[in-house]
Amino acid sequence: MAVSNTEIRSAADLRIDPRRKAVDKAMKYFFVASAATTFAVTLAIIATLLFDAIAFLQDLADTDDGLGALFSIGWFPRRGIFDIGTLIVGTFIVTSIAMIVAVPLGLGAAVYLSEYARPRVRKTVKPILEILAGVPSVVLGYFAIAYINPNIVVNLFSGANMAFTLAAAGIGVGILTIPIIASVTEDALSAVPLALREASYGLGANRWQSTFKVVFPAAISGIIAALILGVSRAVGETMVVAIAAGATGGGLFSVDPLQPGQTMTAAMAALGFGSDQVAGDNNAFQSLYFIGLLLFFMTLLLNFASDRLVNKLREVY
Amino acid sequence: MPLSTPQSVGGSTAAAVTAGVATGRRDIKGKIIEGILILCLASSLLILTVLIVDLLRRSWPIWSERPGDFLTGPLNSANASQAGVWQGIKGTIQLALVVAVVAIPLGTACAVYLEEYAGKSKLAAFTRLNVRNLAGVPSIVYGLLGLAIFVQFFGLGRTVWAGGLALSALVLPIVIITASEALRAVPYSVREGAFGVGATRWETTRSHVLPAAAPGILTGVVLSLARAAGEAAPILLVGAATGLLRTGDQSFFDQLSEAFTAMPVIIFSYARQPGADFRELTAAASVVLLVLVLFMNAFAIWLRNRYQRKW
Repeated sequence: MAVSNTEIRSAADLRIDPRRKAVDKAMKYFFVASAATTFAVTLAIIATLLFDAIAFLQDLADTDDGLGALFSIGWFPRRGIFDIGTLIVGTFIVTSIAMIVAVPLGLGAAVYLSEYARPRVRKTVKPILEILAGVPSVVLGYFAIAYINPNIVVNLFSGANMAFTLAAAGIGVGILTIPIIASVTEDALSAVPLALREASYGLGANRWQSTFKVVFPAAISGIIAALILGVSRAVGETMVVAIAAGATGGGLFSVDPLQPGQTMTAAMAALGFGSDQVAGDNNAFQSLYFIGLLLFFMTLLLNFASDRLVNKLREVY
Repeated sequence: MPLSTPQSVGGSTAAAVTAGVATGRRDIKGKIIEGILILCLASSLLILTVLIVDLLRRSWPIWSERPGDFLTGPLNSANASQAGVWQGIKGTIQLALVVAVVAIPLGTACAVYLEEYAGKSKLAAFTRLNVRNLAGVPSIVYGLLGLAIFVQFFGLGRTVWAGGLALSALVLPIVIITASEALRAVPYSVREGAFGVGATRWETTRSHVLPAAAPGILTGVVLSLARAAGEAAPILLVGAATGLLRTGDQSFFDQLSEAFTAMPVIIFSYARQPGADFRELTAAASVVLLVLVLFMNAFAIWLRNRYQRKW
């Protein structure tokens, strides 16, 4: 019985149909080209930011104050005062508050889910926590001014601004950071081999001793990676601070979390959102790209560090 | 010899040995630690509950008085009693369409390159590093990309196309990472089966690997569409309309080259307005977006858990 209706007379007949080969080759080029677009995106981002940030700095150097405008007091882009320090301090305050909220909650939730919870509890609670990760930041921004600031910040601390505070923005950003810290930490904890826990129990340790003296240290690089990733996300979070930090046209240097304030992303939002995008004689709009460049490199550095730590954990186990 | 507990060991009774090994105290410290951990988890879940309940309570006047009017009304940041979210819903759907057309094929193709073609090459490792870093770039930076490259350099203007392309760049790494994971989960023996009967690499991928990985890829697709629907910063920078938006009676596809708005933009716009009536509007618009995004996320998570195959 013939398997195929084509007769095989020579080795040439065993060769693949040239059309199929051509299609295979074409598809390969298509896939390579698709992969290349990711580099195109990266290059476009870096080129855009560098090009316009340098243009901004050159314009600034030509003004009367020169580059000193980057280190004067306050952030008033419309008046040519671009104190980067004001923004960085604001970002630092918001990120710190976010971490105070997110680190204990995220780590606690992850440790409980990974080490304590029964499989059925884990199976129901984990998806709910993942849903929290899907809450749009603009909704949390509104929640921060409508609920967190009047009900939590103003009630807990006397003298807080009634409408906008950096603290409310920080808590909002923190809520957005919880699921990230929780999920990366949970991954790190469950990557620790069961044998380590068994060895610990075998030596007579109970659950919390095994968790905190054996599993936690074994997963420490992954947990630090989770925290760094959380910081990176908090630094780059825009909508919550744009709505809840009260950043309008500009602001003086301020370290009071109970008052409105400026962060890097809030300043970008104030410059770039809405109808008043006037790119022209004033170089205020161009400063957007300068802050963007700083933000890009800050988060790049943090992500890189976190990436290295996660890989380290993967290599160990 | 059968194993049994001896009644006495070296002169001390079994009970005395047990008492010596076990402390007898209950592990109070352990209970407290477990309680604290449960509290952490419960607080995280409580925040989600408070958020949803608070938004529903605030927006209740809208839902009880003019639900249909609100859902079909236009963007209006001057008059709260006439404002609605229809243009936002439509804009979000248009943006999601552009993302679906651009980012999903591109991201899946890149994942196929990484998992099926590149193997462990240096270039593949570098591409993966690049994709992971792109995933961590703040969303507002994608807005700057959209503004400088799509709006100005390519001259698309402040349109759905420009906004959709900026969002596509934003979700591209998410699509690639989830699709890569789905492809990696397909065991090599499935590919060997296809190679064994003489299929080319592409034929194997198309007929065996992609169908096997489809649920995982689809999970990533839904997650990235939900992410795109909830993002405000990039499209605000690209220039989504926050005030009045006039749309003529052009066809759906002609509107892709027109000014646009979207649900998150509407929420941002209403949240900045003073007055109690705009607070209601913001809450109601937030409920709409939250329902949309959370439903998509829940669907993606369900899809993943349902079709997670153990090979």
